[in-house]
Amino acid sequence: MGSRTPLFSEHERLGARIVPFGGWDMPLHYGSQLDEHHAVRQQAGVFDVSHMRPVDIQGTDALSFLQRLLANDVAKLKQPGKALYSCMLNAEGGVIDDLICYYLGPNRYRAVVNAATADKDLAWMHACLQSASVGINSRDDLALLAVQGPEARAQAASLLPVALREPALALKPFFATEQGDWLVGRTGYTGEDGFEIMLPAAEVVELWRALLAVGVIPCGLGARDTLRLEAGMNLYGQDMSEEVGPLESGLDWTVAFAPRERDFIGRAALEAQQASGELRQVVGLLLTGRGVLRSHQPVLVNDQPVGEVTSGGFSPTLQRSIALARVEPGIGDQCAVEIRGKAVPARVVKPPFVRHGEARIALDDQDARA
Amino acid sequence: MSIPTELKYTESHEWVKDNGDGTVTVGITDHAQEALGDLVFVELPEIGKQLAVKDACAVVESVKAASDIYSPLTGDVTAANEALDGAPETINEDAYGDGWIFQLKLSDPSQLDELMDAGGYEQLLADEG
Repeated sequence: MGSRTPLFSEHERLGARIVPFGGWDMPLHYGSQLDEHHAVRQQAGVFDVSHMRPVDIQGTDALSFLQRLLANDVAKLKQPGKALYSCMLNAEGGVIDDLICYYLGPNRYRAVVNAATADKDLAWMHACLQSASVGINSRDDLALLAVQGPEARAQAASLLPVALREPALALKPFFATEQGDWLVGRTGYTGEDGFEIMLPAAEVVELWRALLAVGVIPCGLGARDTLRLEAGMNLYGQDMSEEVGPLESGLDWTVAFAPRERDFIGRAALEAQQASGELRQVVGLLLTGRGVLRSHQPVLVNDQPVGEVTSGGFSPTLQRSIALARVEPGIGDQCAVEIRGKAVPARVVKPPFVRHGEARIALDDQDARA
Repeated sequence: MSIPTELKYTESHEWVKDNGDGTVTVGITDHAQEALGDLVFVELPEIGKQLAVKDACAVVESVKAASDIYSPLTGDVTAANEALDGAPETINEDAYGDGWIFQLKLSDPSQLDELMDAGGYEQLLADEG
């Protein structure tokens, strides 16, 4: 049996299909993963993401610690509440985890890391700690909800503590506001507008029930995965890992090489990779033949392997199969993917596939429905 | 969970309907479609293909994963449900009816006796927990 979030019995009561995920027993869906996906694209859905781990990093050396720990530069965060997406690298330039780091105020930061890697991440952070003036505090006392969709902010705001309602609605994208142990960020992992809400575990059942009562649809990890894939967002362990770093994972935009004197962990390895020549790149694939793209299927050009699918699946919004794939540079705009021994044609496209409910890539009418 | 008593069943969660004329119709059970989740793609067997018992002969793909469908009996494929091409969700909606997958002309109709009846399949599901 895995760990359980404070909402586990709520999931059971709703008839969720529970699956093991990163050491946790989590809802995969509550009946129809497709319906949950569409609810987020068209209205509002809520995900229990309490398995993810907030980690507070505070103290007079917190800034310099994070500038060494993270590949993106937290010094970019000037305004309290601003958030930043970053990889945390090992010395070889591999990705230990990807995370969101919030700047809460002078000497106060909060990182939110993945569930499956949380213990490894904390051990790494402590191993990298060289100053007594930094405190690392894993916030196991908090629960997390992601409320996502075009109607999400309006529906969630009225259910927040009174003091947070107006500041939450006034948030710009990638900003957060806090009140006591509540933190509301205008962030997400779906390609839709919405909030991610951290709050005391003891209060999360009440908020969850209130969201459902106003018509927000409970959504599981299945829809979370198809939504993030349509949004062209990476999944740790699938699209990047300790073996494959950010420059070959479509995450070069998250690595801050400037200023040159900032010596973040993994920098030397990434610079050596850049100097050594042709890096593989991440592209989007739209399957034009019949089938469903899945992780590890080989990508072919002229019958020769040029890479593989890292995340694949069926796009409920596009009604086609889509994927992220890591391939050799310059493969052009047509390829094939080997599915059960057959080469099935696909088009190379630029992610995201979907943003704010709309297709962002041209769909050819001749393209087969998956 | 529905398990019609007039059908026969396999351990790999196919149902088999004896059409009484030497042919059978094959699909996946209600339990199977529910475990797979929303179906988004079906690869049908070719008509005329000769199948032996437990040959992988079709594929159903859900939002989650791909699963093989195995031939419950030995015979030749005489029909495949082309309507599933544009509407794989029919299997979720009507696993024992419009969600049928293919038909076989049996080489040896006595093989039907080796399949489970509804009671046996219900027991199998109970044992799988």
